[in-house]
Amino acid sequence: MHHVILGAGPAGVVAAETLRKLDSKCKITLVGGEGEPPYSRMAIPYLLSGDIDEGGTYLRHDKTHYDDLDIKYVQANAKSVDSKAKTVALDGAKDLNYDTLLIATGSSPLQPPVKGIDLPGVSTCWTLEDSRNILKTAKKGDSVVLMGAGFIGSIILEALVKMGVKLTVVEMGDRMVPRMMDDTAGNMMKRWCQEQGVTVLTGAKIEEISGDKSGLQVAVSNGDKLDAKLVVVAAGVAPNIDFLKKSGVKTGAGVIVDEHLATSAPDVYAAGDVAEARDLSTGEWDVMAIQPVAVEHGYLAAQNMAGVPTPHQGSLNMNVLDTLGLISSSFGSWQGVKGGESAKLVDEDGFRYLRLEFSGDQLVGGQAVGMTENIGVMRGLIQTGYHLGDWKDKLMKSPQRLTEAYVAASQGVTHV
Amino acid sequence: MLKALVIDPGKCTGCKQCELACSLEQEGVFNVSKSRIRVFDFHEEARFIPYTCTQCDEAWCQQACPVNAITTTDDGVKVVHDNLCVGCKVCTIACPFGTVNYNASTGKVIKCNMCGGDPACAKICPTDAIVYADVEQAGHSRMEDWAKKTDSGAQATA
Ligand SMILES: Cc1cc2nc3c(=O)[nH]c(=O)nc-3n(C[C@H](O)[C@H](O)[C@H](O)COP(=O)(O)OP(=O)(O)OC[C@H]3O[C@@H](n4cnc5c(N)ncnc54)[C@H](O)[C@@H]3O)c2cc1C
Repeated sequence: MHHVILGAGPAGVVAAETLRKLDSKCKITLVGGEGEPPYSRMAIPYLLSGDIDEGGTYLRHDKTHYDDLDIKYVQANAKSVDSKAKTVALDGAKDLNYDTLLIATGSSPLQPPVKGIDLPGVSTCWTLEDSRNILKTAKKGDSVVLMGAGFIGSIILEALVKMGVKLTVVEMGDRMVPRMMDDTAGNMMKRWCQEQGVTVLTGAKIEEISGDKSGLQVAVSNGDKLDAKLVVVAAGVAPNIDFLKKSGVKTGAGVIVDEHLATSAPDVYAAGDVAEARDLSTGEWDVMAIQPVAVEHGYLAAQNMAGVPTPHQGSLNMNVLDTLGLISSSFGSWQGVKGGESAKLVDEDGFRYLRLEFSGDQLVGGQAVGMTENIGVMRGLIQTGYHLGDWKDKLMKSPQRLTEAYVAASQGVTHV
Repeated sequence: MLKALVIDPGKCTGCKQCELACSLEQEGVFNVSKSRIRVFDFHEEARFIPYTCTQCDEAWCQQACPVNAITTTDDGVKVVHDNLCVGCKVCTIACPFGTVNYNASTGKVIKCNMCGGDPACAKICPTDAIVYADVEQAGHSRMEDWAKKTDSGAQATA
């Protein structure tokens, strides 16, 4: 049995390890498209801020980890897949035959159609190579413009500030992290950043970038002309599916999978950022480009590939963000559901916010700013769909009693 | 045989000595807000519940960690390695029990590490509400059952 895994991010690596756990004899080939050991994109911000070196971004730290597990790691790019012949054509290595194939090629940053986006000095922040570029280009005190204050943009924001650059952030939406937090939270975060000396322009678009390596000028829709040594683009991502065009594997926004993470082609599975799999909250099939989902998919896809049928019930969307010391998180249907109820606790001066969303007596979503204690219980309550009974009314009055409600629920102190 | 903290809330009197012992052992201070075990006080029901990490088998915190900074000791304990932890906090939202927390003063996450095999909370507990014993013993199973419900994949069918 030969399992081939395309992509050496968290989804691919966890899948390879899980396959080995389930079958000590099978052949496993892990293909990574970048000239690096398997690493974690999530760790890039901490590389930029100088907290870790490149080794600190590696998914596994033992140098012989993959050899020890008899996982063959190949550095090459997949050019195409032929799901009838069960082969993969590689750029830079010998083509592979497979018995099962996992597509875990992740996503790539979008290049918005802005004049000058391809100038030197304009960079995405997605790969280790990108981060080397950024570190080379911008030094302490340099002016830097960041395009996008979504989730990834906001993570990069913190890293850039830690690098000591003078930062201006330009976000099209009306607040920070518009797809992760509501306007109360997003504006609280913006105010926090401004107080820390970072200029955040919301409802503003970068219209043109000009100049050369010695200096760029950035024209913003509000009329501002900003000088910049570096422009970092964080304007969304899209799944890496181009190489699947004639493969027989159905794609939409990402690779379309069923509840076993199997694609339309026999013995071909997909996992992670590239897959359009089930969202637990909505029941819809969607791309959920976050680390915990990549790991879940990788694990489950491997079970199915190894012949242990394991359905995926859906992943919970969740994010946590540290914005210059202000920590925010959101879970599930944080924007609420039709017919649901919400409880809010707002402390603008103290930069604290908690919002819970209920459907009946079940928690279905939540957001927190400036509160981190036991925050994982939001996931616990949402994912188990626990009926809170009388605790729902207590939480409507005092949302901050969430952990208590959770402990009561999981330990059977309820329904008095 | 694997050992674990076996908690019997019925025996807990709410004295909170476990919280003090934990914060002293782990952080070197008497400060219950730094404790990795918490005693919840349900006064309406007259019940106290000590609450901490269950060291689950397929630990969500461990799986979610992007840099493999949480490993399992020979005793089955999930420990955070400060030298590898980048402080991204993904484990704090991935743990459905909320028992991994971020420590802003160190920039790392903290969780119960069983004090290296001699848990201070169990040692100090005057009523044996918290004992360090074989995992098979009763009391531990409720959270494990609960944990299964949180799993995003159904249990394997074959
Ligand atoms: C700066 C930054 C910060 C982030 N922070 C967070 C965070 O705080 N929390 C969070 O949940 N998520 C975060 N993310 C997102 C997270 O990193 C991704 O969701 C996760 O990496 C997805 O894992 P994956 O394995 O699906 O894909 P990836 O990690 O993208 O891995 C894809 C792999 O496929 C390879 N590949 C691509 N095309 C091909 C091809 N044709 N042939 C062969 N190989 C190919 C790539 O080289 C790579 O090895 C962050 C991302 C970035 C960039």
